[in-house]
Amino acid sequence: MNVTAGVFGLQGDVEEHLSALETARARTGIGGESILVKSVEDVKRVDALVIPGGESTVMGGLSSVKGLMPSLRERIGGGLPTLGTCAGMILLAKKAQDRVVGETRQASIGALDVVVERNSFGRQRESFETQLSVALPGGERFPGVFIRAPTVKSVGPGVKELARLGGAVVAVQQGNVFGTAFHPELSGNTLFYEHLLGLARGGK
Amino acid sequence: MISRAGEPEEVAATRGEVPQRTGTTLVKRGFAHMLKHGVVMDVTTVEQAQIAEDAGAVSVMVLDKLPYDIRQAGGVARTASLKVIEEILNHVTIPVMAKCRIGHTYEAKVLQEAGVDMVDESEVLTPADEERFIWKWDFTTPFVNGCRDLGEALRRITEGASMIRTKGEPGTGNVAEAVKHIRVLDNEIRKLSGIYESGDTQELLRLSRELKVSIGLAEETARLRRLPVVNFAAGGIATPADAALMMTLGCDGVFVGSGVFKADDARERARSIVVAVTYYDDPKVVAEAQKMIDERKSMMGTTDALRMQERGVNA
Repeated sequence: MNVTAGVFGLQGDVEEHLSALETARARTGIGGESILVKSVEDVKRVDALVIPGGESTVMGGLSSVKGLMPSLRERIGGGLPTLGTCAGMILLAKKAQDRVVGETRQASIGALDVVVERNSFGRQRESFETQLSVALPGGERFPGVFIRAPTVKSVGPGVKELARLGGAVVAVQQGNVFGTAFHPELSGNTLFYEHLLGLARGGK
Repeated sequence: MISRAGEPEEVAATRGEVPQRTGTTLVKRGFAHMLKHGVVMDVTTVEQAQIAEDAGAVSVMVLDKLPYDIRQAGGVARTASLKVIEEILNHVTIPVMAKCRIGHTYEAKVLQEAGVDMVDESEVLTPADEERFIWKWDFTTPFVNGCRDLGEALRRITEGASMIRTKGEPGTGNVAEAVKHIRVLDNEIRKLSGIYESGDTQELLRLSRELKVSIGLAEETARLRRLPVVNFAAGGIATPADAALMMTLGCDGVFVGSGVFKADDARERARSIVVAVTYYDDPKVVAEAQKMIDERKSMMGTTDALRMQERGVNA
């Protein structure tokens, strides 16, 4: 069974996610096409969606050019397997605030019942690599790449914590929706993508 | 995955040494990857930074004067006031970059202390050392450098640049030089890849000597068929169509210098360029973006003889 996977393609490290999806397809044997999602038609077409790293305010602002938010909310709310990394997780969150400037009024999909803090570890010079343990099969030793990363400040009922770093929650799952504060697409580990493609195939 | 091509052994050796590590090649190059398909805008004040952020700039670049004004003013151009940089750092949520002079290691250290997210070692400012650029591997903060051809780009990567911008001629409002240099770079990479794929190691070695770079870095570039770091276009971009043109030529994003804030419709101009970069593959949207601006409000071009792009090219 083929799975059409989409990468939200308005801004950010889009190609790196496409390449991670290709590797995940080779490892799982799940075929099909991976496309850029830039229009409402694209949102309607995909069986799984990745929202990349980048700047969440930029992606949110650009989503209005072709009015993507309503269809994203409908599809993701309706159970579309979705992964948001870093800025992608911020876009999925119900509420976002910035560590320095406080509450940010930015467009949000609202599919993850969490409050995220942007730039939670500081600025770029505080960006880091570390090793994590992710609560998914095969996720015991996961390379965490944190770039001006957010953290999850609070989670609502029905949200499962998938990884912690010190006291901070850095990966969550709510139903078919995953959010990570770090960048699996830069790490070479395609566990999240394999999981996402598996969920999409199972749902068909 | 991203490429670690050009990483010196002593930098590679420190990988995985401590459980949590800042300033690695991966997080420095990775930062640039987050800017892709975005627009970095030159700003000189908090007000301009706010306009840029509202318009959807992926980052702002702080200067004392816009390149056009540097040309008009003459004299020595240095890094911007730290007070202004700090005000902007505390005001916007998007990353903040600032320019330092070529070879001025200490201006760069000061910018790193101030907390800027990326340093641009830029020919727009007056060079401090035209023979030797900054050794950027020593910094936690990533750097972006300009290039006019493949040799320059790879030499800057050898010194530790985490991102490249193909130079145009800054502050002129003329996109022609930016177009020329992206084409030169493209053709040189195609040639390198052709030789690599043909298996002619001797010719590849000869070419890498000509470029004044290591054979390893030349090979990796040939294999990737692109620069091993993110590459933006810069210099002379003034309209949405200019920006879309640069994206069509294969750039990962654009820097806009004087084009926004030397225009009389800065807000519309900023937004329209952001939209055009994202939807460069959709002429209908770019046309809508182009409608947001008025050519009579575009920055006046200049035919000033100063060639900023030639600063430091032999290093």
